[in-house]
Amino acid sequence: MAGERLYRLTIHELHERLSRGEVSSQEITEILLKRISEVDPQIKAYLMVAEQEAMKGAHEAAHRIAAGKISPLTGVPLAIKDNMCTQGIKATCASKILEDFVSPYDATVVKNIKEEGGILLGKTNMDEFAMGSSTENSRFTITRNPWNLDTIPGGSSGGSAAAVAADECIASIGSDTGGSIRQPAACCGVVGMKPTYGRISRYGLVAFASSLDQIGPITKDVEDCAILLNVIAGHDPLDSTSANLPTPDYRKALVKDVRGWVLGIPKEFFVEGMDPEVEERVWEGIRVLEDLGAVVKEISLPHTGYAVATYYIICPAEASSNLARYDGVKYGFRAAKSKDLMEMYLETRFEGFGAEVKRRIMLGTYVLSSGYYDAYYRKASQVRTLIKGDFEEALQGCDVIITPTSPTPAFHLGEKVQDPLQMYLSDIFTISMNLAGVPAISIPCGFSSGGLPIGLQIIGRPFEEERIIQVAYTFEQNTDHHTKRPQLT
Amino acid sequence: MKIEIGEVEHVAHLARLKLSEAEKELFTVQLNAILDYMEKLNELDTSAIEPTFHAVSHRNTMREDEVREAYSQEASLENAPDRAKGCFRVPKII
Repeated sequence: MAGERLYRLTIHELHERLSRGEVSSQEITEILLKRISEVDPQIKAYLMVAEQEAMKGAHEAAHRIAAGKISPLTGVPLAIKDNMCTQGIKATCASKILEDFVSPYDATVVKNIKEEGGILLGKTNMDEFAMGSSTENSRFTITRNPWNLDTIPGGSSGGSAAAVAADECIASIGSDTGGSIRQPAACCGVVGMKPTYGRISRYGLVAFASSLDQIGPITKDVEDCAILLNVIAGHDPLDSTSANLPTPDYRKALVKDVRGWVLGIPKEFFVEGMDPEVEERVWEGIRVLEDLGAVVKEISLPHTGYAVATYYIICPAEASSNLARYDGVKYGFRAAKSKDLMEMYLETRFEGFGAEVKRRIMLGTYVLSSGYYDAYYRKASQVRTLIKGDFEEALQGCDVIITPTSPTPAFHLGEKVQDPLQMYLSDIFTISMNLAGVPAISIPCGFSSGGLPIGLQIIGRPFEEERIIQVAYTFEQNTDHHTKRPQLT
Repeated sequence: MKIEIGEVEHVAHLARLKLSEAEKELFTVQLNAILDYMEKLNELDTSAIEPTFHAVSHRNTMREDEVREAYSQEASLENAPDRAKGCFRVPKII
């Protein structure tokens, strides 16, 4: 296998080689650590590379494999977004306020991965507290899109998506509150899924907006998405919002067949202002599925135009409540030399939070404050009912819904930093799924003329991730977009 | 203008956020733009609509009151910015 670039392998390809003894878990871990040291100085996907823990995990995985106890994730090196707890390792949320916070325990997702013999390579960059769509709100560094270093990787899971696209890990874990897995997956040309709200435990995920947050996989192909979902999905007594439902074997959904399946195409998602190349690539993708026997049906999600306004009331409201815990008392950063407790709170939060976090705390506190609660928070929660109802009705008449993931390919670094409302509008195609709680996946469906990836989004009924996996897999196995890789020098 | 600088200061205090003068001015402009955009929602008559606070309906999740693994005092204090005698220590309160 001389000269082969093993860092390019998918989970299932690596598993084959590990099973046959063609590569060891230590070798692949060393290969990826070397790859990180070579390309991460330009990409900056990682906030922290956990070399020692990774090699320790690799040795443990090697013992398992030698004992014949290999499972699909054993010996597979993965990256984790830095808003998830990883015992003994920092979880900073890319914020000064958690800069030195060392997780006392593993998030359930991390625990599940380790129990299967998965290897933790490091923690990836993100927008501070996952608030953003470009990873530019990180307190520590910006991350660059491997396809074009002058553009954003998307956000907030920009580090996790860029790490997969640049082959700095085999796969990664992100979190999605309004598109934060799917939009960076689209920008970086990889596969990213936000499962149904409640499908995956949020225990150990630093809370941002608790009724919207969901953890999910970012992978090189759809088969890997199913493999990782098998490991991280399921009920957890430590998260009372995790659904107590049986978890299917998602690999059984890796079936190349969409004959007779009805694809709902919501007219509200194909409107003026969308990049024409995005529209073209997505329609080409829909035609691929149609040629394979699927039936295209125009549908309506009539309240789509209200989703951004609804989301940017509910999400900051929940965030301002959740972030009240950062008070400098129990953990995290504390401002020095305060004369009393009130000054300590004010100074700690002034120095500890970045601009976007402060803006959302302000917005959230305002919409929840006396006199405005009904006009904003209650109103938005009522509109959320309408948005959720749109999906329930539409999904009765079709098997899945297909839309673009993002209205444009990756934009330039700095382009939207000064205008928060424009940044919020880049989430226009992803946030309504969080409001409705439905599962959605973004898969690569081609490139812009400038060579930037474009994502196609497939949305399904709650707890029917299998359907979107089957459609995504059928599409992928009949196209070659997922095999393309950025050229890094 | 939906929100004046005085109200920005009031909300900041409710949220225990100190803001610089520049942040106060910037947030006044930006919050007004964002709140103007939110006006869209008033196009909809929602008087008969129940609010949704959770996408998946939930009832209270109860568990048995039994002893489980817990973190030691030492582990719980490990990330504390300041501590004394097994407690979190803070500046004077009154």
